[in-house]
Amino acid sequence: MKLLEDFGEYLIMLRDMIAVPAKYSMYYKETVRQINQIGIGSLIIISIVSIFIGAVTAVQFGYQITATQMPIPMTFIGYVVRETMILELAPTISCLLLAGKVGSNIATELGTMRNSEQIDALEIMGVNTTSYLVAPKVVAGVFIIPFLVIISAALGIFGGLLAGLASQMVTYHEYVDGITGNFDEYGTWIMLLKAAVFGFLITSIASYQGFYVKGGSIEIGNASTRAVVNSCIAILLSDYLIAALLL
Amino acid sequence: MIELVDIKKSFGDTEVLKGISATFNKGETSLIIGKSGAGKSVLLKCMVGLFEPTGGEILYNDRKFRDLDDEHKRELRTEIGMLFQGNALFDSMTVEENIKFPLDMFSDMSESEKMDRVNFCLDRVNLVDTNDKFPSEISGGMQKRVGIARAIVMKPKYLFCDEPNSGLDPQTSMVIDDLIKEITQEYDITTVINTHDMNSVTSIGDYVLFLHDGLKNWEGNRHEIFTTDNQEVTDFIFASEFLKKVRKQYKED
Repeated sequence: MKLLEDFGEYLIMLRDMIAVPAKYSMYYKETVRQINQIGIGSLIIISIVSIFIGAVTAVQFGYQITATQMPIPMTFIGYVVRETMILELAPTISCLLLAGKVGSNIATELGTMRNSEQIDALEIMGVNTTSYLVAPKVVAGVFIIPFLVIISAALGIFGGLLAGLASQMVTYHEYVDGITGNFDEYGTWIMLLKAAVFGFLITSIASYQGFYVKGGSIEIGNASTRAVVNSCIAILLSDYLIAALLL
Repeated sequence: MIELVDIKKSFGDTEVLKGISATFNKGETSLIIGKSGAGKSVLLKCMVGLFEPTGGEILYNDRKFRDLDDEHKRELRTEIGMLFQGNALFDSMTVEENIKFPLDMFSDMSESEKMDRVNFCLDRVNLVDTNDKFPSEISGGMQKRVGIARAIVMKPKYLFCDEPNSGLDPQTSMVIDDLIKEITQEYDITTVINTHDMNSVTSIGDYVLFLHDGLKNWEGNRHEIFTTDNQEVTDFIFASEFLKKVRKQYKED
């Protein structure tokens, strides 16, 4: 019952978020601030994680080819790294990471604003708080997270090359042949769709948890945790649905 | 002028406000006082629209708040300034940005006009060289002044203050009280203050509304409060031995 109530409240928040802005310039400014916070603020961690994910994928696939002694050409290392990064690892792992970093950040920010009456102050001024505080975060997430995922995929593939060369399992030319052969751009569209959907889920779920927080610092902490957990579940569920429906 | 007509507010089965009627006049500082849990904050939140009353009417210059559509409610809210107990300053913005925010959001002023208005308000609350500071970098008293400056920047017709003296030393409290009183008279606005501070009651209370157990128990002004025989009021206001002596002296004079 509580779950249904929460879901209903979440849908109401999404409905209220869609409103004609009182001043477009203020919403634009806030959206740019959020793009900077979500995008630029997450770039380093996404880059580091992606390079290592690509590297580990290359090493593990190379090990399996060697261990099974099957006649699989080493160019397949590049192919497998590319496909797994684009279809699954870049969008899903990056967004799970962003659910932790961005999700908790948004929930804490809004929770603190609620707790210190900053949201009440905006409401009394006549500001549509759902629209002004939530919409720019969601727009920023849907816009910038696909770019982060593109960077993640590119760096993951680059990480795979570095690991392949370092372990001498594959040559530069074999790896490049692998990542350029049999390329189907449909996978890239799926990656971008996943990134946009996950971006929406992370920002909207975290906003919901922070915006409606009641209580003090412990409750803000709990809201932050719920934002991360619920976003992760929503990401994995929608990941499965997109894969099942579109692949 | 703000009129309250039989305001009731319940949370579940708990009736917090049991029918309060009062009138807050223009150009006066009106104070709402009462013990903790008497319903002061709930009444103030009903007045500014953060809570919807269960019953009764709130009239802003004869405009029924309940009957206004969203657009007119938003319009009315631009006529309201509020000073919060915890100041509610936007902590990611500087002092200047905090005060300029309502102008950025709702006015069509040019940037230089906005800056003139911001500097005028800062000057009015006696704050200098704080424009680029963040709220966390200034004292509690200065934060209150910033809160007042933000509340008056849109030239409000109604000013609400929730515990404006909480957390301040007696001297700073008096400065804030005087500032609110001056601004109320200078701009001829309707000011409603929710307070526990008895110095405020006796120094700036043009109209005092005493709530007890969700009901209006007494109303009067800062002079009448010394002479009233209402037991709840005297027990509440003159709780300390010092204030009892002050009251006795006042009555003898």
